[in-house]
Amino acid sequence: MAHGGRRDSPEPPDFSLLKRLARDQLIYLLEQLPGKKDLFIEADLMSPLDRIANVSTLKEHEVDKLYKVEHKPIVSTSDQLCFLIRPRIQTVKWICDVVNADKVAGKYRRYKIIFTPQKFYACEAVLEEQGVFGDVTTDEWAFYLLPLDNDIISLELPEFFRDNFLAGDQRWVRTAGSALHLLHSLYGPFSKVYGIGRCSKMTYESWRRQVEEGEQRSREAEIGTVFLIDRGENRPSATRRTVISFLTPLAVFTDVDFVTPLCSQVVYEGLMDDIFRIKCGCVEFGPDVTSDKSIKVMLNSNDKVFNEIRNEHFSNVFGFLSQKARNLQTAYDKRQGMDIKQMKTFVSEELKGLKQEHRLLSLHIGASESIMKKKTKQDFQELLKTEHCLLEGFEIRECISFIEEHINRQVSMIESLRMLCLLSITENGLLPKDYRSLKAQYLQSYGVNHLLTFSNLRQLGLLVEQQPGETLTVMESKVGKLVNDKTAGKLSDAFSSLAKKSNFRALSRKLNLVPKSDEEYDLRVPRDMAYIFSGAYVPLSCKLIEQVLERGGWTGLEEVTRLLNGHEFAVTGSNGADLRPKNDAQRIVVLMFLGGCTFSEISALRFLGREKGYKFIVVTTAVTNSSRLLEALLDNHV
Amino acid sequence: MAFITATWNPLGEAFYRKTELYEMHWTMKDALRDCLVAAAPYGGPIALLREPHRRSPSSRPQLEIYSASGVAVTSFPWKSGPVVHLGWTVSDELLCIQEDGSVLIYDLFGSFKRHFSMGQEVVQSQVLEAKVFHSPYGTGVAIVTGSSRFTLATNIDDLKLRRLPEVPGLQGKPSCWVVLTQDRQTKVLLSNGPELYILDNTSCTAVFPPGLSPQSGGIVHMCVSFSYKYLALFTDTGQLWTGTSNLQEKLSEVDTNMLTPPKQMVWCRRPKSQQPSVVLLWDRLLMVAGVCCDTIQFPVEDQCVLVGELDGVRVISSTNQELLQEVPLVCQDIFKIASMAPGALLLEAHREYEKSSQKADEYLREIKEQSMLGEAVRQCVEAAGHEYDTNIQKSLLRAASFGKCFLTDFSPDPFVTICRELRVLNAIRDSSVGLPLTHTQFKHMTLQVLIDRLVYRQFYPLAMEICRYLKIPEYQGISRVLKHWASCKVQQKDLSDEAIARAVCLKVGDSPGVSYSHIAAKAYECGRTELAIKLLDFEARSGEQVPLLLKMKRSHLALSKAVESGDTDLVYTVVTYLKNEMNRGDFFMTLRNQPVALSLYRQFCKLQEQDTLKDLYNQDDDHQELANYYVAASYREQRLESRLSVLQTAVDEYNKAKNEFAAKATEDEMRLLRLQRKLDDEKGAGLLGLSLQETMEALLALGLHKQTDQLYRDFRVPDKRYWWLKLKSLAEREDWEELEKFSKSKKSPIGYLPFVEVCTKRNNKYEAKKYIPKVAPEQKVRAHLAVSDLEGAADAAIERKNDSEMGAVLSRCSASDRLLIDRLNRARASAAKK
Repeated sequence: MAHGGRRDSPEPPDFSLLKRLARDQLIYLLEQLPGKKDLFIEADLMSPLDRIANVSTLKEHEVDKLYKVEHKPIVSTSDQLCFLIRPRIQTVKWICDVVNADKVAGKYRRYKIIFTPQKFYACEAVLEEQGVFGDVTTDEWAFYLLPLDNDIISLELPEFFRDNFLAGDQRWVRTAGSALHLLHSLYGPFSKVYGIGRCSKMTYESWRRQVEEGEQRSREAEIGTVFLIDRGENRPSATRRTVISFLTPLAVFTDVDFVTPLCSQVVYEGLMDDIFRIKCGCVEFGPDVTSDKSIKVMLNSNDKVFNEIRNEHFSNVFGFLSQKARNLQTAYDKRQGMDIKQMKTFVSEELKGLKQEHRLLSLHIGASESIMKKKTKQDFQELLKTEHCLLEGFEIRECISFIEEHINRQVSMIESLRMLCLLSITENGLLPKDYRSLKAQYLQSYGVNHLLTFSNLRQLGLLVEQQPGETLTVMESKVGKLVNDKTAGKLSDAFSSLAKKSNFRALSRKLNLVPKSDEEYDLRVPRDMAYIFSGAYVPLSCKLIEQVLERGGWTGLEEVTRLLNGHEFAVTGSNGADLRPKNDAQRIVVLMFLGGCTFSEISALRFLGREKGYKFIVVTTAVTNSSRLLEALLDNHV
Repeated sequence: MAFITATWNPLGEAFYRKTELYEMHWTMKDALRDCLVAAAPYGGPIALLREPHRRSPSSRPQLEIYSASGVAVTSFPWKSGPVVHLGWTVSDELLCIQEDGSVLIYDLFGSFKRHFSMGQEVVQSQVLEAKVFHSPYGTGVAIVTGSSRFTLATNIDDLKLRRLPEVPGLQGKPSCWVVLTQDRQTKVLLSNGPELYILDNTSCTAVFPPGLSPQSGGIVHMCVSFSYKYLALFTDTGQLWTGTSNLQEKLSEVDTNMLTPPKQMVWCRRPKSQQPSVVLLWDRLLMVAGVCCDTIQFPVEDQCVLVGELDGVRVISSTNQELLQEVPLVCQDIFKIASMAPGALLLEAHREYEKSSQKADEYLREIKEQSMLGEAVRQCVEAAGHEYDTNIQKSLLRAASFGKCFLTDFSPDPFVTICRELRVLNAIRDSSVGLPLTHTQFKHMTLQVLIDRLVYRQFYPLAMEICRYLKIPEYQGISRVLKHWASCKVQQKDLSDEAIARAVCLKVGDSPGVSYSHIAAKAYECGRTELAIKLLDFEARSGEQVPLLLKMKRSHLALSKAVESGDTDLVYTVVTYLKNEMNRGDFFMTLRNQPVALSLYRQFCKLQEQDTLKDLYNQDDDHQELANYYVAASYREQRLESRLSVLQTAVDEYNKAKNEFAAKATEDEMRLLRLQRKLDDEKGAGLLGLSLQETMEALLALGLHKQTDQLYRDFRVPDKRYWWLKLKSLAEREDWEELEKFSKSKKSPIGYLPFVEVCTKRNNKYEAKKYIPKVAPEQKVRAHLAVSDLEGAADAAIERKNDSEMGAVLSRCSASDRLLIDRLNRARASAAKK
């Protein structure tokens, strides 16, 4: 595939600066409350915090004891309490309870709440309502971006997806805008911005406003383009949200493609995430992997072994690992026949590296074995086959009965739901008969509270019933008469998006997302991005990015954007086309995914970057996968 | 030019000159007699409170305000109580101190701004005398009351009244007093006959000026210098004592030979001058008394008022206004007769040059020989700044420019700066503007303040012109002027809202630093709400629009603006406000039209106010959501009965929403719950809350087949599910007998391969093999393989002539199965041939 004009990808900017900034600010905030204090940390902030400042740093700044926020009465004896939390009403309410309990007990303490990344008015309103507004001081820790790797930056806001796309609560949009603003002020300016989706447009606008409000500084551009994609407007088609920013040009994409996160991941890093759940770039291997006690391992490009296999299709991983093991052995074997002096240099220089590599290798072999055990069973093969059939649109009846059996046998609550959604998206909704029977089966298996889950899925357009076109218009006019104009407008929007013919099929034809299956796909030497799904599907988000970068805009993609409900935009930076930076910067592209992206997509983008000489920096609200996506939509009230 | 020195009067080593600033515009017959006069320093405005000509109970005094050049600004009859003292604040506001201790504040245009009182007790005792003073803290007011007590307010903008201690032996008012600001403290210095006291916050101390002989008698007049550094005392024997205001040092003592106390006494000195002097004013005499014990005397024909300035004294009479000042050293050097200073020579050289005389060269040569040309230019430039006459300014600057030509490395900056500044100064000195600032004052006052003063006087075009000319950054310059202008514009009652909005928008445009919301707030203050809304439309930052809109009770508009802004905090602010302001129905209706706000509020309600959420759905007739709400709520109910009743409500709502499926599912759930309760009661099975599948599993695990079958029928569980369930459960309990019975009960809807698989999973190959014959042909190979029966698998595969199946079998064969491998390969080959 090496064509002549292929350029090397440029080096990405140094994102460790983001960490340093966050740490310094946190320390500053902690010092605002002098003296010994106990720190309560929101559970899902633990891991991100760990990446910014470790316990000893915190202790240096007079943090006495660390607690996890557990929404239970506290046992701390310190007279200063500091809470490091996300701006969530439940947590704030808990703090109010703590403060009020102290008041009743006649205990005097000082309280400080540090909201990150920002505070919301609603939180302060709760403080006020509960009568503790005057007892606490509040602060903001502007910790927007956590670099997970040299090309992945996460906002660590998994609730973005549900809040924004399901509940229509747009409060995180500004946060995303601020994150973009931070990147812009540190590494900008961005020469171009592309985006698609309503949410990405709003994010873009929020960012623009912040830029206008702040003073504009001109500086050497380190990043060319930004691209924003958002995941998950209610598209009957494959919809999910993604924001892409380019650093030369900057682009904003939103709300595209739910298919990709719903497919089983088969690239090593994605599989790791599906099976072991990577948290903040860190994974915990249980005894089945280590054959010892469980350990936490950082997964990033510093792990040399991992770096080489993370983007590989799983079927290649073993071969690679064994090759690696042999190399290692050879390196060890060099010892034979060395004299004392050589031995000395060997021990002092190479041995440590080899030992380290050895350790990593054995870890990954253990992990691969564990994955093999789970994933090469017959069931998994059939599951994959069904997925591929759905993507290609073959043998749908067989797929439905497979799903039915899957539900009946209670294989997995999430997996079944995932297959249902995949079916609905690819087929543009289920036939009413199937819709009812599958839903009924599911409820029988997992309880009636999933009625609410189905209602959520329907609202997002992930699992819907097929509606014949005529009935729609009739219904629309009927409903239109009943409600006032504004709602009617909203409804007809919803209807028209429903009425669109199977968008996924049209899209996949248009963009050639599903490669022809008649030829054998060699997973060792990937031809295109489809390799991440064993050659069955090119992720829509990645394809869009490729197309837009190639065309330098949305021209020629009108049909596609119409299918995706539009809201696409492209903005060229103020310095105009003629001032395009001649350096590498314009080949660095920031991709901002609003609503999350998967490791598979990242792998695909790395592949694309290697092919076309781009360096993609993925900025995401959170790294997601099928289970996280669907779990966010469950309504667990029990 | 030779006459420049004509107006100079020597006093010791210095010269004093009087320069005419203006012929006054006003026409004042009776001069300044019988008036209270206040004239502000730095070319400030003049206020007069004129007693009525004929004293009658109905006649009122007239308050008049003029610019420094005597242009009338405003005049109105004084309707409040008797005024004791008038004074100007640093920001050009007029303070009128009344007898009863209240202080009224007016702006430059005579509109009342606010008032404050100097204390309740003053109402009784009355103010005898008052003084307005300026200090680093702002403008202050000091009064002495009829009970001989002093009260001070150091800063009228941050009013803190301080009542000073009593002065021993003081009856009525003291013979004279001044306010001093020393060591960051404000004190009062007063004399009572021959005694001198200093009053501070806590004590009253008697002091003695050094070197003042006791014979000189009682002190009848005193004054402090502009900087509070020097003090002058006038005694009833006509002695003038001068010294430092801390009373540590004496400067001089002059005998004025005047026995009446002067009407006014003002220090006249320029900064850094070594020769301070005091100007004294009597009815017919103006006297300058210096340190050197010498005096200059000017006759006065008219009523005059002295205004102490930083670098001189302004003398305002009914016809004209003059500046009396010490001639600056550099001007002395240049213009003194027969001066050989380099500046003087340069001026002369230039004069000759203009006459095309070769003498010019001689003069120049002379300066150059002493290498003083740089100094000469500097002198000319500096002197130009001090001159008031534009012709003299010009000739000095021309001379400087001429001299500059012969210098190679002379920085042009001072020259350019002075040209610019003089241009500005000349413009504002024009009598139509009337700000007679000297260059020194201008420098001291700073350009910022000058622009502010112009703005207070509503000279907007001039202020903007100056900003542009001096290239002041927009943010500090033009924008500031525009802001004031717009705030003033919106108060013009005679223009329509439309016209004003247009005018404002046209002028202000999007100048940085001008906030439309600020202007709109001003408009709202003047009661022009519509105009305010129009102006707010121009405001780019929604964060600024919304609070004002709320204040104006335009909540709908505020809400839509907040939504537009995309700032959810802002939306939430409005929502909270509306929630408190409106009744519930209207509130919900408002939200309904704003989906963004609605979903935000819903999110909040979900966490905080579940009941409100229900009301919201009710309002919208959103039965689907309402039903979902009840389903969710049912899980919070502890008791089964209440749970069932909540679910029943959900069913009703689902029916209303025409969602039969959900209604049915909920009904099923209720049925299941009842059944579970029954079974729990009967068998203690612990089923409540489990899903149907889990219930059946649990029942099977307990061996309750009959009840399971009943569920199976009642809930129309699909056969497949039932078979899977039973199969798994039986295998789990290793109830092989029952399993076999079950397999024979009827034809399996899931085929028999699962039977084989569950058995092998339990490692029971024997049982597994029983079911192999029943397995459908296409699954047979898998079944055989599952029990590791390679032979059987091979047979089945060969029989079916299926290549991939044969391949699958082959892959399972080990090397020891030679025979089998051969057989398969043969079969494959023959299958391939066909």
